[in-house]
Amino acid sequence: MKKLIIALTATAAVLGGFSSGAQAQEKKKVCFIYVGSRTDGGWTQAHELGRQALDKALGDKVETPFLENVPEGPDAERAIERMARSGCSIVFTTSFGFMDATLKVAAKFPDVKFEHATGFKAAPNVATYNSRFYEGRYIAGQIAGKMSKKGLAGYIASFPIPEVVMGINAFELGAKSVNPNFKMKVVWANTWFDPGKEADAAKALIDQGVDILTQHTDTTAPMQVAAERGIYAFGQASDMIAAGPKTQLTAIVDTWGAYYIKRTKALLDGTWKSEQIWDGLKDGILTMAPYTNMPDDVKAMAEETEAKIKSGELHPFTGPINKQDGTPWLKAGEKADDGTLLGMNFYVEGVDDKLPQ
Amino acid sequence: MFEAILLTVITAATPLVVAALGELVTERAGVLNLGVEGMMIMGAVCAFAAAQLTGSPYIGIVAGIAGGALFSLLFGFLTLTLVTNQVATGLALTILGLGLSGQLGEAFVGKPGIKLPQIVFPYLSEIPFFGRVLFSQDLIFYLSIALIIGINWFLFKSRTGLKIRAIGDNHGSAHALGINVIRTRYLAVMFGGACAGLAGAQLSLVYTPQWVENMSAGRGWIALALVVFASWRPWRVLAGGYLFGAVTIGQLHAQAFGIGVPSQFLSALPYAATIVVLIIISHNRRTTLINTPASLGKPFVPDR
Amino acid sequence: MRIELQRRPKVSKLFSVLSPLMALVLTLIAGVIMFGLMGIDPIKAMDVYFVEPLTDIWSLHELAVKAAPLILIGVGLSICYRSNNWNIGAEGQFTIGAITGSILPVLYPNWHSWAILPLMMVMGAVGGALYAAIPALLKARFNTNEILTSLMLVYIAGLFLDWLVRGPWRDPKGYNFPVTTSFQPEAVLPEIISSGRAHWGFVFAIVAAVALWFMMRFMLKGFEVSVLGQSERAGRFAGFSGRRMIWFAMLLSGALAGLAGISEVSGSIGHLQPSISPGYGFTAIIVAFLGRLNPLGIIASGLVLALTYLGGEAAQLSIGISDKVSRVFQGLLLFFVLSCDTLIHYRIRLIFSGRPTTEGKS
Repeated sequence: MKKLIIALTATAAVLGGFSSGAQAQEKKKVCFIYVGSRTDGGWTQAHELGRQALDKALGDKVETPFLENVPEGPDAERAIERMARSGCSIVFTTSFGFMDATLKVAAKFPDVKFEHATGFKAAPNVATYNSRFYEGRYIAGQIAGKMSKKGLAGYIASFPIPEVVMGINAFELGAKSVNPNFKMKVVWANTWFDPGKEADAAKALIDQGVDILTQHTDTTAPMQVAAERGIYAFGQASDMIAAGPKTQLTAIVDTWGAYYIKRTKALLDGTWKSEQIWDGLKDGILTMAPYTNMPDDVKAMAEETEAKIKSGELHPFTGPINKQDGTPWLKAGEKADDGTLLGMNFYVEGVDDKLPQ
Repeated sequence: MFEAILLTVITAATPLVVAALGELVTERAGVLNLGVEGMMIMGAVCAFAAAQLTGSPYIGIVAGIAGGALFSLLFGFLTLTLVTNQVATGLALTILGLGLSGQLGEAFVGKPGIKLPQIVFPYLSEIPFFGRVLFSQDLIFYLSIALIIGINWFLFKSRTGLKIRAIGDNHGSAHALGINVIRTRYLAVMFGGACAGLAGAQLSLVYTPQWVENMSAGRGWIALALVVFASWRPWRVLAGGYLFGAVTIGQLHAQAFGIGVPSQFLSALPYAATIVVLIIISHNRRTTLINTPASLGKPFVPDR
Repeated sequence: MRIELQRRPKVSKLFSVLSPLMALVLTLIAGVIMFGLMGIDPIKAMDVYFVEPLTDIWSLHELAVKAAPLILIGVGLSICYRSNNWNIGAEGQFTIGAITGSILPVLYPNWHSWAILPLMMVMGAVGGALYAAIPALLKARFNTNEILTSLMLVYIAGLFLDWLVRGPWRDPKGYNFPVTTSFQPEAVLPEIISSGRAHWGFVFAIVAAVALWFMMRFMLKGFEVSVLGQSERAGRFAGFSGRRMIWFAMLLSGALAGLAGISEVSGSIGHLQPSISPGYGFTAIIVAFLGRLNPLGIIASGLVLALTYLGGEAAQLSIGISDKVSRVFQGLLLFFVLSCDTLIHYRIRLIFSGRPTTEGKS
């Protein structure tokens, strides 16, 4: 058997070659932990594109190793610690479920920096970051308000976490700003990722009479259904125009690359510090896909709203806003504070659904 | 609206029914293949890739069937020739299938899919109420119905079907009667793989014409459940599959109507319903025993 | 050419030892070919997979963390399968055990006492056993197929946990995110030694495995399990009850799965959240069979399978092998191990021509 192994070793050496060359010493490691697969077409892929953008921009100064398909259970802590041990200068943990694991590892490695996406717990060496997706959803809502003939939209939601509730509300508020009677139906698919189920949810909503569709799940299945049934829809996380060239009005595209480049630069020039960052359209952490399949006046309106949000002139959650049951939430001119938004667990008026509690 | 809901239910139920029918034949021959999920996802990726490369969804279907069948051959070789444990081998097959399909499909992620066209029967499809639902469907739906009729006849009326059931009930005596147990089982396993592959093709060509990793999302497991639920009778697979589909779709509609039940409970309904129906069916011991392949999952080695 | 098997008159001691080694060599060959074709240095890959994780105290700890639930669930299942009860819903029992075990820390976060931890473990085991009692009851009472019912219950358990952590058990200070409050320090299963993360769950696993091995080897109960598993009728002649065995086997495996669940949550995660298990309950089925349904063998197979997870992760990081390739590799390893075990019970003959002889019957 020993002979066999030696023979194999020799073959293997010829086949593969010993290629582990010495790495450049100065390069810093910027590391990423993904909850899904790099090619999931949704959330993780958006982060992967961000990593690639970072590689392209600063590839001469940093390396960007990653681990994919890390489950949000007991494995997370090991994966993150593995990163820290392998000499990473900074580790981006890109899913909410990595929160406690990130903090535990960060406590053991005070010299390594960590950034946790969408969480709320920070430490001296742990920053948090998130994207103001609701800004994009407000614009989408406004477009829906103009484009829907019935004034009734369908929303395919994943799980009732503040992020998603906030998105539903922002969409409704955007729609109501142009059509005060706008209504919305919500279906909870209870999954981020199941093309079949997302398609079923889309069909159910369309059969119940909605004539515009938006989604907070990851695959392009709802877009395909909308295209088949001949109604309009909005893309999520990535530009889904390929799945519905005549269907997609716009998409809220996650462009994490801008953020990753910004923070890596801060790391390189020594200005990195632990912050709780919530970037929006103006910072480029999310972008709107081209406004298509709509009349010019709607397009102009959307562009204007986008510009106003970027300049800070418009905050989607500006009063007067009532809660779903009609009780007042924000007074005229009052803006919602970030804390309330980040913990949002109620609907605004006009959403036709009971929020799972 | 009723018609529209029915169409949605059929689309959701067809892959379950097709995969379950294949597994039913496999199990009737006494082999328990828990790798349906793995074979299904292999079928999905092969079908999608072939349709993309050739531009024809029908070639996609063929590739899906072939992919599933070839992949099941691996299971067959291990469990039939090398008599490894069927439960463990099936689970390992699923692990392998999920990994392999992800690797094979990497180049196809995000490519717009090719949808299998509908085949409309003139006149028949104009019958009110059921015409469109039954006669304006895609090829895989028609195949699923043909499979049920065919398998029902094959298992209970044909000579080979009798052989298969004999093997499933008692492979020892079947062998003694001169039936080639191993060869028949190989064919049954491959038939199961082919059906799972066809079901996978339905996922990536009809249900949601696209390829993403893990897109079968547990449907192979439900198909397995359906077989037992149907107590190994083809028509009951159809009933069970459609019931399951109806509950799944029904809960989405209930939500859209605004019924305020926690969605987790609604999502759990199909599984709970399966258990309840199963209890009702198996309460009658005799019918269960008659239909259960007695040598299911047991290894067979002819003594020589 | 055909392959024919011939049952050995008795189990081959030689191949009992040799077969895992053969499987390893075959896996190495397959790995070398696979990685070579992909242009990855295969020797380095094999080193990263199988050797590196064993050379570092940190990764040895992680190995124990990963293997603990697999072994704990696997040994319980082995008793089930030996007695011919097909519980494949350990994943659900794991989840329910995690839930019932977490009742105290979630509802009484201010109760600081040493007693909380043992209570949690007991409640977790009881919860798992009760959940396994459902398919046991249905099988014993209505003759309902336990493969199906236990599998269906997995989904229901997952959704129940999901509802709990998003609803009633949600951390009030957690911005409505689906997590419970973090457990108080007294409710966290401590590490065995301070050099790493391995917690007492690993000790539970080893103790359970040794105890069940002892039972199977030296106690009447073990004999009862094997006899009933081989033939219920023979068991009845010996005065054993198949129905009682259903209860015993299902409750035992459920309890161990439940204990694994609460150990994981308490020792590794520290709170409840929607996803607490990367499919441990299903992977443990493979572990049970890889260990040939022998509790001591399961310790080894649990460690080996855990090693492939760790190795796959290390390979992703240091040589850029994708996660999918790792899974394919893992699948191949499982196939090789299962195939090589055939040699323990059978001789394999290659027949190059002619028809099979059909005299004699099985």
